[in-house]
Amino acid sequence: MRFFKTGLVKGILVGLLWWLIGFMLVEVIRVAMGLPAQWNTSLPAGPAVPQDTLKWIVSGGLAAYEPAMVVAGIFFVIGFMLGVGTMSDWLKWVRGIDTPMHHGPKEGDPGWFRYFGTDYSHKVIGVQYGVTAVILLMFAGTLALIFRVELARPELQLSLFGANPEVQGTLNWFNTLVGAHGMIMIGSILLGVGAMSNYLVPLMIGANDMAFPRLNSFAFWINVPGALLLVTAIFIGGWNTGWTGYPPLSAQSPIGIQYFFIGVFFIGMSSILGSLNIIVTTLTMRARGMTMFRMPIFVWAAFSTALIQLTATQLIGLSFLMVLVQRILGLGFFNPGFPDITAIASAQLWEGGGNPILFQHLFWFYSHPAVYIFILPGLGIISELLPVFARKPLFGYKWIALSSMAIALVGFLVWAHHMFVSGMNTYLRVPFMLSTLLVAVPTGVKFFSWLGTLWGGRIDLKTPMLFALGAISVFLIGGLTGPPLGTVTTDLQLHDTYYVVGHFHATMFGGFVFPFFAALYYWFPKFSGRQYNERLGVIHFALMTPAFWVMSLGQMLAGTRGMRRRVADYDPAWGIDGVQLAVSIAAFIIAFSVLLMVINLLWSARRAPRAVANPWRSRGLEWQVPSPVPELSYATAPVVVGEPYDYGLPGSTYVQFAPAMTGGD
Amino acid sequence: MQKRSYGKHFIIVAVIILITAVITVVGLSRVRWMAAPATTQAHSVDALLAIELVAIGFLFALVMVFMLYSIVAFRRRNNEEADGDHFEGNTKLEITWTVLPLITVLVLAVLGARGLAQATGAQADEVAVRVTAFSWGFTFGYPELGIEATPVLYLPVDQPVVLDMNSVDTDVIHDFWVPEFRVKQDLVPGVPTELRITPNKIGTYTVLCDELCGTGHTNMQARVEVVSASDFDAWVAEQQPSTDPAEMAKLGEELVASQGCAACHNITGDPGGIGPTWKGLFGHEAELADGTTVVADEAYITESIVNPLAKIVQGYQPIMPASYGDVLTDQQIAYIVEYIKTLQ
Repeated sequence: MRFFKTGLVKGILVGLLWWLIGFMLVEVIRVAMGLPAQWNTSLPAGPAVPQDTLKWIVSGGLAAYEPAMVVAGIFFVIGFMLGVGTMSDWLKWVRGIDTPMHHGPKEGDPGWFRYFGTDYSHKVIGVQYGVTAVILLMFAGTLALIFRVELARPELQLSLFGANPEVQGTLNWFNTLVGAHGMIMIGSILLGVGAMSNYLVPLMIGANDMAFPRLNSFAFWINVPGALLLVTAIFIGGWNTGWTGYPPLSAQSPIGIQYFFIGVFFIGMSSILGSLNIIVTTLTMRARGMTMFRMPIFVWAAFSTALIQLTATQLIGLSFLMVLVQRILGLGFFNPGFPDITAIASAQLWEGGGNPILFQHLFWFYSHPAVYIFILPGLGIISELLPVFARKPLFGYKWIALSSMAIALVGFLVWAHHMFVSGMNTYLRVPFMLSTLLVAVPTGVKFFSWLGTLWGGRIDLKTPMLFALGAISVFLIGGLTGPPLGTVTTDLQLHDTYYVVGHFHATMFGGFVFPFFAALYYWFPKFSGRQYNERLGVIHFALMTPAFWVMSLGQMLAGTRGMRRRVADYDPAWGIDGVQLAVSIAAFIIAFSVLLMVINLLWSARRAPRAVANPWRSRGLEWQVPSPVPELSYATAPVVVGEPYDYGLPGSTYVQFAPAMTGGD
Repeated sequence: MQKRSYGKHFIIVAVIILITAVITVVGLSRVRWMAAPATTQAHSVDALLAIELVAIGFLFALVMVFMLYSIVAFRRRNNEEADGDHFEGNTKLEITWTVLPLITVLVLAVLGARGLAQATGAQADEVAVRVTAFSWGFTFGYPELGIEATPVLYLPVDQPVVLDMNSVDTDVIHDFWVPEFRVKQDLVPGVPTELRITPNKIGTYTVLCDELCGTGHTNMQARVEVVSASDFDAWVAEQQPSTDPAEMAKLGEELVASQGCAACHNITGDPGGIGPTWKGLFGHEAELADGTTVVADEAYITESIVNPLAKIVQGYQPIMPASYGDVLTDQQIAYIVEYIKTLQ
């Protein structure tokens, strides 16, 4: 079995070994100091009967060994990265050994092999990002289906959540699933963004690879142990804070919260390293003649996104790390009040002097700009596809390009709108309301410019275009429902209700999911060399779009009537039973349609007819080379001689492949 | 390739936008979004939301109609290979649709700030009510009336109230939200917060916790009774401490229901509860985890409520929250003890 020789498997095995080493290291030191092996002796010890062990772990029993678990978790990530081999070249450099850049699969390996291990080609890494993103998307979506079943009717339905007193269910499972759905989806989106920018940016600017290929591989692979820890967190007791991890609740949560923190920390590290690569690649590796304002519009979006990722991600890592050490070292960053004698008796650490609201500032300073990380690349995809399928220039190219930068910039100044009712200084609410509402201006520029692009075109409704147009309609719902939340007065009613859930899902689907699917369909011929099934693609669109409208609008209506976020039950008196059922059904239709897409793409990658060279008659650089793209994308250097989107201008060209030049310029 | 003339298209699209906008705006205003308001503060929230719905309806119609019209009118016909018209943009248009939204959001911000001042500003003749949140419930105190802690929030109608809110120091963040009141505010350990309301409609409402606070979040709520001034005075008179054992036990039973004690302690005597059963508890000899025994008298039960980890009964985990001493008054604990005494 060759599969067991892949970097992925090696990474997991070495990671587990390191996990054990980390765990034992802490325990051996502790026992050698003459202390009991368990930290918190008030928690039940491990069961004597082996068949109970699993139950003990799942119900959070490992909390008795929390500090050892944390060290082991971090060791797991290091071990995984060593095992997968993505640090091998660097370690050789440290020892003075030279490692020339290797292109293409290693000799004797089958074609698929390189996708499961360290490979430095941005085209492989882009596919790795994309496949991992879709897997996580389906996993996190399945979690949502579980609690949508629960929410389809009032009262508790599932014994997992405690509906059946005979079975030991608990609402902790509900909280865990809600939080896991949120954070794993965020991981999936970040990976999806990585997929698009890694695969497309070098191809679109005429570069043969990223500026730092080894760093690129490292930045992808560190997501994998991060995601594995995030999933593990569900099964070692879960956590009860949702995806936001607010203390003091997170400081008292079951132990799953620690693997949640560590997982997010390393996925965040991937964002920082990946964005560095995108920024340097965009700034220094463009083809000759490609000025900033001749770049494909998606590159502008990816560049703006990378700027946010590079500068904001540290804050979520920091805030989660602070709670992590508050739990195991007793640093009272976010604990109010003073030591409480009764609490100390229960072995809880209550060093006071901290402030719970401080966490929210640190957390949202990343987590608000993060939503622009999620949507800017998607909006870039919309802007990229509209001209191709409308056969017209992008209306107001510079305005769209600079509006991405404006959103990125203003996005840094709005974080406290998540805290209008948090108890922060009341006077801060008005300036943050103003800055929040200002985001509507550059976003409006994008909408109107898209309409200008469509006007007077020859619109061809192929699947990618359908998803781009669907994205506009869904993002419109998300955008228009934002101001009632951004305006403090109405937020006093709507804050933390299902209205927020509906608004947020509309921005995520319109800003990421729809455009991401559009991108998968559009560039599928590019990376597979084959054409997907158009009819299945249209069915996917026709199912998902109306289902999403129902879901999002239904969530909003439930919210204004009184449905709070993150609750497993609701008052039948509000008259939202029908709405809730409709939302649940819509969720299942969306899941089914996504499954159709996955089947379509998997089947087409092997069986579908070969794609023609440039099926969309695009002017983009990436479509001027064969599909799939050869190992060396641009054997002849491309030279940009015109505007990227001059569709309909006779005789204009964007790019020429000049005969190979010898010597300097 | 000849340029098309768009005059006709613009007229048609403008007419459709107008019609659709009217339909959307009227439609949105007809939806029953929220339960009927029950405070004077609700007015500014509802009024602003109505304005926002008009803007949403209009902009939705504008963008959707423009897009759908383009898809229909400018669709590719018969697999033609031709391109669309070549125009790259229009700076005047771009400036227009930058400046107009800018003015719109500035107006919205001014309205929002004004509405905020109305919905949260100080009122004349306010009465203070203390709200304490804990995992997972609320208690309410009336310092000016000498009522320390009650599980139901009684409010006289048309009386301006300022809620002085806090979460127990060792607890987590909670939130106070009554959908009919239209305003909400988090309750933070260590950080006092406040909320102002003037209930103007007699009725029964529910306070919901709207900040995720752990396993009991879904069910964290309390009853609100907005009553007439005379009913309120009658209720205040009832709150004077009772000394009649039967009366005390009845009050204790109500407290037990509102504090969620039954989640862990049953009164049926069935084994296997999370905490010890209360049936036959009073007066019997409890075997403790450290091997000693103790007679369950009034002092022992009181200690177990105020400082639950001091004595752990054999076979049970030390997991009972230590917050009840802060949440309940001595009088209320006496009621609960009196109630437990009756469970023989």
